[in-house]
This record gives sequence, structure tokens and C-alpha cells, in this order.
Amino acid sequence: MTAIDLGLPGLSGVPTTDEKQTAKDYKSDQEVRWCPGCGDYVVLNAVQSFLPSLGLKRENIVFVSGIGCSSRFPYYMNTYGMHSIHGRAPAIATGLAVARPDLSVWVVTGDGDALSIGGNHLIHTLRRNVNLKILLFNNRIYGLTKGQYSPTSEEGKVTKSTPSGSLDHPFNPVSLALGAEASFIGRAVDSDRKGLTDVLRQAAEHRGSALVEIYQNCPIFNDGAFDVLKDADEAARRIINVVDGQPITFGREGEYCVVREGFGLAVAKAADVDSSEIVVHDATDLNLAFALSRLSAQDLSHTITGVFRRVDRATYDDSARAQVMEATAAKPADLGALLRGKDTWTVAG
Amino acid sequence: MSTETRKLDRVVIRFAGDSGDGMQLTGDRFTSEAAAFGNDLATQPNFPAEIRAPQGTLPGVSSFQLHFADYDILTPGDRPDVLVAMNPAALKANIGDLPKGGILIVNTDEFTKRNLTKVGYDADPLGDASLENFQVHKVAMATLTIGAVESTGLGKKDAERAKNMFALGLLSWMYHRPTEGTERFLREKFAKKPDIAEANVLAFRAGWNYGETTESFAVTYEVAPAKLNTGTYRQITGNTALAYGIVAAGQQSKLPVVLGTYPITPASDILHELSRHKNFGITTVQAEDEIAGIGIALGAAYGGALGVTSTSGPGVALKSETIGLAVMTELPLLVIDVQRGGPSTGLPTKTEQADLLQAMFGRNGESPVPIVAPQSPADCFDAALDAARIALKYRTPVLLLSDGAIANGSEPWMIPDVAELPDLTVEFATDPEGFEPYSRDPETLARPWAVPGTPGLQHRIGGLEKQHGSGNISYDPANHDFMVRLRQQKIDGIEVPDVVVDDPSGEARVLVVGWGSSYGPIGAAARRVRKLGMQVAHAHLRHLNPFPKNLGDVLARYDKVIVPEMNLGQLALLLRAKYLVDAVSYTKVQGLPFKAEELQDVLADVIKGVPA
Ligand code: SF4
Repeated sequence: MTAIDLGLPGLSGVPTTDEKQTAKDYKSDQEVRWCPGCGDYVVLNAVQSFLPSLGLKRENIVFVSGIGCSSRFPYYMNTYGMHSIHGRAPAIATGLAVARPDLSVWVVTGDGDALSIGGNHLIHTLRRNVNLKILLFNNRIYGLTKGQYSPTSEEGKVTKSTPSGSLDHPFNPVSLALGAEASFIGRAVDSDRKGLTDVLRQAAEHRGSALVEIYQNCPIFNDGAFDVLKDADEAARRIINVVDGQPITFGREGEYCVVREGFGLAVAKAADVDSSEIVVHDATDLNLAFALSRLSAQDLSHTITGVFRRVDRATYDDSARAQVMEATAAKPADLGALLRGKDTWTVAG
Repeated sequence: MSTETRKLDRVVIRFAGDSGDGMQLTGDRFTSEAAAFGNDLATQPNFPAEIRAPQGTLPGVSSFQLHFADYDILTPGDRPDVLVAMNPAALKANIGDLPKGGILIVNTDEFTKRNLTKVGYDADPLGDASLENFQVHKVAMATLTIGAVESTGLGKKDAERAKNMFALGLLSWMYHRPTEGTERFLREKFAKKPDIAEANVLAFRAGWNYGETTESFAVTYEVAPAKLNTGTYRQITGNTALAYGIVAAGQQSKLPVVLGTYPITPASDILHELSRHKNFGITTVQAEDEIAGIGIALGAAYGGALGVTSTSGPGVALKSETIGLAVMTELPLLVIDVQRGGPSTGLPTKTEQADLLQAMFGRNGESPVPIVAPQSPADCFDAALDAARIALKYRTPVLLLSDGAIANGSEPWMIPDVAELPDLTVEFATDPEGFEPYSRDPETLARPWAVPGTPGLQHRIGGLEKQHGSGNISYDPANHDFMVRLRQQKIDGIEVPDVVVDDPSGEARVLVVGWGSSYGPIGAAARRVRKLGMQVAHAHLRHLNPFPKNLGDVLARYDKVIVPEMNLGQLALLLRAKYLVDAVSYTKVQGLPFKAEELQDVLADVIKGVPA
């Protein structure tokens, strides 16, 4: 295998600065053009507010996006950025990450961009564990093309392209990412600034692919898709925020909990079970993470937030660089010798 | 009886057998022997698309043709002078190419009733009159090989596998080839299996001795070394030369190289070769698909590396959108298309040059891309360096159009002096003072290459139309019109050398124009025509976009322009459209290179048709 130590801090190699930064430093001079009330604004603000705390040189941060409403994101960040083509941001960002260990590379994508047209790149990026932070804005609709159903829309959804209801069974993005053995998967709701910031920070500090699914409201074409998670009473019953090493309980008073049931998990009232039966979250346990992802129903009856999984494994870009470094150390780059090869003959004058 | 030795100026040999018979290796070794001896040479392998088609069948036939001579030759030869057929299928598939009087050497052991029926021979052709026009040598190669390697103790099956080396030994004897290289090669290749190495060496010697001691071969042949230009040579295939060109481009530009690619015939060997040269700062990424391959290359280019992607026609189709993004973001990128027969999956292992218009126009919008085409296997090295020069200097994707014939063919290559290679160093933008991502170099019209990590130059690029200068998104009609023309102007203004016309007499009135791998057959045909006392001029295009500045004048100088292509007239279409020249197409799309002989007839007809 590679000579790279596991467990490198996520941002090692990216130069830092002592200069004080504020959210303002991360705002570009471009006018933000999302619809009023779009969930994207909240995420943009959260990202701009949290980045200064990383203390990185701004010029060493790059945002790469695909196509869709959320993919306008890079234009609004005063960092380097590329607004690329539909679905391909993970591939382009992979090339950048492989070429440049000194950059913190972020991918901004949506449910159509990442899970439909770009599904292949997403799963392969995750399995390779390229050192990228992928923000998946999931609004369960196509916004930019004005309201067709997406691969995360609920079955039967009536949209412009599905007047009789959609026939597609939706993806569960977290289950999908776990199938690709993503090394980091988190989820947050756009309206929960604190929870979002917390997941973003952990993602930034993770070395490897970090997928963050953000439930994002599109007030124009799919308004209220996540409203049940925004009403305090409903949210208390539905949102299960998981923290590594902590028993999984939720509700206003922690009156609900998660217990094992068969090969999966179930929700129970804490009062009805022995405290030893309450599952303790272990972010390194793939099976637990998968079971948790299955608790998150499409109808949002339960929704896990926080970090599902976080494990250290070799990243593709570190390993690729290690191979090049090893080869460079082992053999000088002698172009003349390469061109001559083994079998030559000379024609004398 | 003593054998007679005849001197020849050139010979074409074709080894043909089942794809499991090791014909490519046999051909390769004979080629190395010819190279070591100092002949000029050119080779052309021909293998099935299936990895192992059913044994002994026509689709399973694999062959290797080589042409060696005592003068500089241009092609692997139209027809073999000698055909080695290891089984009935190989005989049936190739005998049609052997001219009357040609030498045929067959391995009789495979001519069983079953094998004959498999390929549709009702009667054994070795037993009837059907081969009477050839000099037939029937040799029980398998039996003789098994006997020769008995001392190794190998089982019959393993022993019999060495019969290709028996054939090589016999041919090496017939043509007075040096043998040390092959023995050394076999011992190295099978270093881990000494008994197999021994068996191959013994079979090779047995083949040689068979020629020497039996009386069936009355004549041997000598082809003297060629008088090539002074220098040190090696043999090289197109794909290897192309890979070396990329290594050299990385060294000469002092940039790391990132190859993002996906395996595809006949381009995969470029990936294989480059993945072995990581010590030159080369990273190879085998991506999940063609699109990711070019995405990775473009992402690396954005980060300041020399980004390269390699593929064949179907892959270019998939990469089109990303090529368009590279046109819009004006980043350097090398896109290698080793063309094969199309459309769709087409003929994966056969050659064609039908991707020219795809390279030229195969994207949405006005999306101009420079196109460079190598003309022979060794020329791939220079073409790759040249394509890299254009990409880096003008910040543009460049399409490099090789093809199957060049990729797998080989020829001697005069090894270049590294000190003489062009300087490809680039300057990244660093000065924040007045920086604009879409400002222009007044001479090249290139925009600055401002890579992430450069303080003060933070900016955003993408596929949306750019405001001239600032690079901000712009939907302004006049700006779009301006930018479309500017991008075109940048590509049109790329400096490419004038096309050189080969017309020894200076009296030709017919011009033959070609591009890419047809250089050899066209050049050889032109020589033949001149030997017959007619005059023809030959211009071969390395640059298909932009065309050389003198091309219009050159075309206008001749009464007749003929354009042979392995497509339905794609270059001719471009020439007619751009220069209003009445160019005549000669086209053929059989998945095979042109033969010098057929082009000779075509040229002669055109020349005779020009009124005095
Ligand atoms: S269409 Fe929806 S997702 Fe797109 S900007 Fe408007 S509100 Fe946001």
C-alpha cells in the first residue's frame, strides 16, 4: 500500500494564515441571483461564516460546481472557483485534488447534478476517497429547468414533466454513498445553521471524500418539502441528531431513542427500554450507518442529522502522489535514457 | 547441396496464425533482428477485436506484417513476399494477399480434417492444385518443435507452444538475420520459467537448423543494411512514441503531467506506457468513464498541470462537452484520439481517419479546436510535443489525431537529442495589479493562466459566456458575438509551419494532399509514379486546424488536386469549403491502410487525365 499515514488532519498541506478573516472576506463582488427565500442563501452564509475559522489562505480554497441552481455557488465565493458542466464537478475536482495537495477543494452540487446526470462520478469519487468536500444541496426538484421531478423526489410526485405522478423510486443519498463506502457522510437541514456549521467543520477536517447532504428548500418549485422538519414540535419528533460516542436519543426531553431490531434499527420510547438497549452511535461502524440511513424515510417521519460515518482510510490523491514520489526517489527522470530504451543501433556517417 | 544466396533490396514478410499462436511476438522479434541488422523497416500488426476468438477460426486469425529494406521505406508493404501460415484459418484469411510466385510456409501439423472443415476447406489445399502458383514449403512445425525441446521435459502442450519460435528461427535463417538478440530476449522474457526459456531457444535454433540442414530451401536472401541518416536509432510504435512525446512535453514545460483516461482500443497502450513513468512526475488516473477521464485532465490543467486525456473516436464523442468547457475556460488540454473504424463501436482494432470532422466540429456552439495529426509511428513523438506547445501557448484544448495503423505500427526512430527539444515553459499569472482572468496576450490572444493558490488572483471561471476582460458572466449580445469571434481568431492565429511540398522535378501539375497515417502509402505511390516517368507533388498536412498559411497558394498552383483519405472525403470537404478548390476525393474505408500500389494507379490515372 501507500506510504501515507492514515489519520492525517484533513487540511494538512493547505497553507494557513494568521491574518484575521471574516465572512465578508469570502463574499465575492457578484450579485447573488437565487430566488428570494431560496435555501441556498442560508447555506452560502453558513459557509462564508464558517470558513474564516479554518484559518486557511483564501487563495488556496477552490469551489467547483456542476449545473443547477446551487451550482452558481462558486460565483459568490471570493475564492478560486469553477462552474463546470452538468454532473462532472466531482471528476474535475478530482483532477485538481490529484494535481494540488495544497488546496482545500469543495464541490457544490444538487440532487439532479450529483445523483442523476453525475451519479457515476459521485459514487466513484466516494469509493476512491478523493480529498474533496461535497455539498449536496437536496431540494428534491429540478429548479433551474423550472420544476421537473428529481431522483430524490417522492414517488408519485406531480410536476411539469409528470402530470400523472412520477414513477421513479427515489434514491436515499446516504444509503447510496454508504454503498460506495464513503469515508465521511453527514446531513443537515438548511434552516439549522448550528447543525450545518458543525457538520461542515467536521467535513472540512476530514481527510478524504466528505459528502454532506443538505436538505434545502426551493420555495419556487417545491416549497415546504422539508417544512415538517422546521416546525419545532414536528422536528422534535422527527429529527434524530447523532453524535459519535453518544447514545442516540431525541425528542424535546430525549424521550425517544433508537434501539436494535433484527438486522436494523427502530425507534422506541426511552421509558420503554432499558438504557443499555439504546444504541450508542459509532461513526466507524458501516452497518450502523447503513441502518441509520434506512431510518431516514422519504416522508421524513424520521430524519437523521449529524455525521453518519467518519473513518480514516487512504485517500486516492495522497496515494497517487505517494506513488509518484516513490518513483521519483527511486529513479531519476532521465529523458535521454528513456528515449534511447534498451535496443539501439547507430548509423555511422 | 549448397544453398544459393540472392540479394534483395526489400522484403515483406507476414506471420499469420491463431491469436493464441504468438504471431505478434514472432513479428516483433523479427523486427528487432532487422533493426539490429540496420535495415529500414515498417511494421503492421493486425489482430482480432476478440481477445480469444474460438481457436482455429477465421475471426481468430492474428497476423503481423513487416517490411524491411536496404533503403528508406515508407510503408509496411502492400503484399507479403513471404507468408507464414500456422494453421488453415491463417492460410485462408491471408492467401489472397500473396502474389503469384510468393513464398508460402505452412505448419502442416494443423492441417487436420477437423481444422480444415472449421474454416470451410472441403479438400486439403496442401494436397490439391490450389496453391500451385506459390512456392510452398510444408513444414511440420509442431512435431519438429516437440522433438527439439524434448530435453526440457516439458509436456507436449507446453512444448508445442514454442512452435512460433521455430518459425522465427527458420525465417531468420532464410534472411541471414542475427540471432543473439532473440536468444537473449527469450532468456530475459522467461527468466522466471527457465524450462520455458530453454524450450523457446531450442525451438528457435531448431527452426534455424531445419533451414540449414534440410534441402527443401534452395535459396536464402540477403537484404543489406539501409543507408539511413547518421544517428542512433531504435524501433518504436506510434503509441509508445506518443507517450514519450507527452513525457518530453512534461519535462520541457517543467509541468507535472496528469493523464485522466479510460481504457479503449487502440489507445490503451498510451495509458500503460505513461503509468510506468511516474518518476517523470506523471500521474495516471484510470477514471470511471471517458467523461471523468477528461474532467480529471481539465481539473489538473486548471491546477497548473499539463492535462492529457487519451481515447478513440467513441470516447471523443463522450468527451465533447468537456472539450467545449475547455474551449470556454481557455485552459490547455491535450486530447488524444487514436482513431479506429466507426461509427459507434465500429471496428475497434482496425484503422480509419474518419474523426476529422468530429474533431473539427463535434461540439455545440462555435467551438474551435486546433488539430494536429502525426504521419507515422515515430512522428507521434514530435506531434505530441507540437500539440502540447499549442495547448500551453494558446491555452486551448488540442486534438491529436493518431490512428490504429500508426498506433500499433512501428518503424526505426532516430532518437532525438534531448538538448535540442523545444522549450515549452510557461508563465503563470502572478501579478494582482490590474489582473483580469479574460484579458489577452496581444500576440497569441491567450488569456492568463492563473492557478489556484496564487494570492490576490481569486476569480471564477466556467462554461457560461464570459465578459471580455473581467470574465464575469455576460449575456450581452454584442459581447457574445465578440467573444465567439475572438475565440475563433485565437485558434485561426495559431502559428504552424508552412506545408512543404515534395515535388523533386518541380514540374508536377497534379498535387496529392494527405494527412495522418496515409503519409507512407501516398509517399510510396508518388515515388512509384515518378519512376514511371510521371510527375506528382505530395503535400502532407500535420496541422488540420488551423491549416498552414501557405496552403491556399500551394493548392492554387496545381491543375488538379487529389485527396486520398480513409473516410468519405472529410479533408477534401474542408479544402473545398475553405479554398474553393476543386479537390478530387479518393476514399476507402476498409479498416486497412491504403496500398501504395492502388494509390499509384489512382495517381497515374489523374495525371493522365490532365490535358497537356
Ligand atoms: S428555483 Fe428554487 S432552488 Fe433555484 S434558486 Fe429558485 S428557489 Fe432556489
